Amino acid sequence: MINIEEIKRFLIEYTGPKIKLMEVCGTHTGSIVKNGIRSLLSPSIKLVSGPGCPVCVTPSNYIDLLMKYAESKKYAILTFGDLIRVPGTKASLSEAKASGGSVEIIYSPMDAVEIALNNSEKNYVLAAVGFETTIPAYALLLDKLTEMEITNVKLFTSLKTIGPALDWLCKSEPDIDGFIAPGHVASVTGTSVYNYLANKYHKPFCIAGFSAEHILVAIYDLVVQTSNARHEVHNLYRSIVSDKGNPKAMKIIEKYFEPSSVYWRGIGVIDHSGYVLRKAYMDYTIEFPSEEKAILKESNGCRCGEVIIGRIEPKECPLFGKVCTPVNPIGPCMVSHEGTCGIHYNMHE
Amino acid sequence: MEILGESQKITMAHGSGGSATRMLVEELFQKNFGNDALDKMEDAAVIDVPSGKIAYTTDSFVVTPIFFQGGDIGKLSVCGTLNDLLVMGATPKYLTAGFILEEGMDMKDLEEIVKSMAAIARDTNIKIVAGDTKVIEGKGGIYINTSGLGFINQKPLHTSNVKPGDAVILSGTLGNHHACILSQRMNIENTISSDCAYLGEMVQNLIKEEIEIKTMRDVTRGGLATVLNEIADGSNTTIGLLEENIPVDPEVKSFCDILGLDPLYMANEGKLVCFVPQEDAQKALNIIKNSNYGEKAAIVGEVIKREDVAVTVTTRIGGKRILKALQGEGLPRIC
Repeated sequence: MINIEEIKRFLIEYTGPKIKLMEVCGTHTGSIVKNGIRSLLSPSIKLVSGPGCPVCVTPSNYIDLLMKYAESKKYAILTFGDLIRVPGTKASLSEAKASGGSVEIIYSPMDAVEIALNNSEKNYVLAAVGFETTIPAYALLLDKLTEMEITNVKLFTSLKTIGPALDWLCKSEPDIDGFIAPGHVASVTGTSVYNYLANKYHKPFCIAGFSAEHILVAIYDLVVQTSNARHEVHNLYRSIVSDKGNPKAMKIIEKYFEPSSVYWRGIGVIDHSGYVLRKAYMDYTIEFPSEEKAILKESNGCRCGEVIIGRIEPKECPLFGKVCTPVNPIGPCMVSHEGTCGIHYNMHE
Repeated sequence: MEILGESQKITMAHGSGGSATRMLVEELFQKNFGNDALDKMEDAAVIDVPSGKIAYTTDSFVVTPIFFQGGDIGKLSVCGTLNDLLVMGATPKYLTAGFILEEGMDMKDLEEIVKSMAAIARDTNIKIVAGDTKVIEGKGGIYINTSGLGFINQKPLHTSNVKPGDAVILSGTLGNHHACILSQRMNIENTISSDCAYLGEMVQNLIKEEIEIKTMRDVTRGGLATVLNEIADGSNTTIGLLEENIPVDPEVKSFCDILGLDPLYMANEGKLVCFVPQEDAQKALNIIKNSNYGEKAAIVGEVIKREDVAVTVTTRIGGKRILKALQGEGLPRIC
């Protein structure tokens, strides 16, 4: 057995070939920066951040549409706080709010039930953004809405599943040597998707929790696997993540949602990489207008799209820290508390 | 509340300047705050001031919810302003209180808030010598502005006094007020209580024991990270913190872990950070630990010669992290 001090020594003294690892999940990015993990690694081990921040992969015209609904006065928007300052192609929901649009912050999708009941004369659009970690909560909300026959809340979805995006990444960014897989998502989906990818692309995956120790052990595991040309899936997070995931959560997702090909900011459309409401529940959703789907709009000069696939580091974007700051964010990665640029900026990485 | 006749709610009449205002002032504010200066009920309070320097500050309080575990907006509005005076090395003496009340405010709530302000003032021997009330349209909310005046006997404390080698002492755990307010807004049930408190006894004890205090700050909005950045920049030094020495209550830590919050950036309402020469550090720590609200105090870091960054943290695992001041928005209406 190797202990954490020996792992730390190994990682700082590593002199083998250069290795590039991706942490997929924004919470991992936050923990890496917060714990000063990079200062514990040899210059030959590089960590890049992945597309695991739901807000960051949400297309900018999704925000534009939300703003249109807010400004139309026909709808009030319900959203998590993370999304409110994310810029669309022109402005953000906080600006829509300041100019009289109705935008309310919720802390849980379930908050929508009480809000809708207390304001039955108003119609609400719930900005439903997230991965499998959040989607069951939207499904539970739909359970309540249908059961209580609440009709004045509609979900406007930008829901994603990480597997197909990782598949795309393995294909298009082949210099990534291994992945720290997202622990929370895996707790819902299980580990089969990582086995599939590991075999298909011959890349190691390590499912880890979010403590400094977990992350160090995961990096150590991926470096050792890479050095030995191995490509296994190791699960360090067995207390939370079982191989089969959370069948109950997956079942309720499947009850209300079906897979769909959706647009990822910075990447484009990926087949079966998201969820939309099933036909039977169309009354509870506002569909993404078909003419909007293909639009690839980015704010001028913003390179968030390359940051979320690990192609560049935040500081390589010419806007980073100059015109784009948490106070005046140009791209989504600077806004969200899971966004790579915002984390790097705040932690001075 | 019978004192105001049949009115149970604040109405526009209470802000008119007429008889309803007078009744509110006399039956509520004067009755609870009463003292020789206030009781004259003139346009301004006339007070005695010794020779020397005075410290003078003001703060407005807009916290929501107005009642929270460990305090209320009234207690906060008194403690917050008094602590601002204290950390300048002043002995607080007088306060003024301005109330902006929204129409529909529950009279019982207002009475409770006023009583809690009066209780702190009484306990700390501070006089609330002037006040004002306005009523505006709204949903029954309340906003309080307090101004405070204190006397300074010794050299005023200033950030530029801080020098490499000084120790950084934090008077207790981080994040309690912030986590308490956020929990209540999110309807999360827990036992996290605000740390809202007046730190007069702690500071008096340090002064009595002749600790050479270089500077002090209360650790409010923006959290410890922001306060330390200001001190490091103001004294042209770098401050190095040790993460494992920074006290955080386990329940607050779990709450932060779940929500992705960092206690170093969270607001407190009864914590101060104090810079003393290294040789006084242990003695100062013991004094703080034996004072009210100081039992969890710790030496959390030290001042070094200025490097290219203002504040660094050595993390529990031995990594190095740079701590910037809070960027963007914190939690609105936290105090």
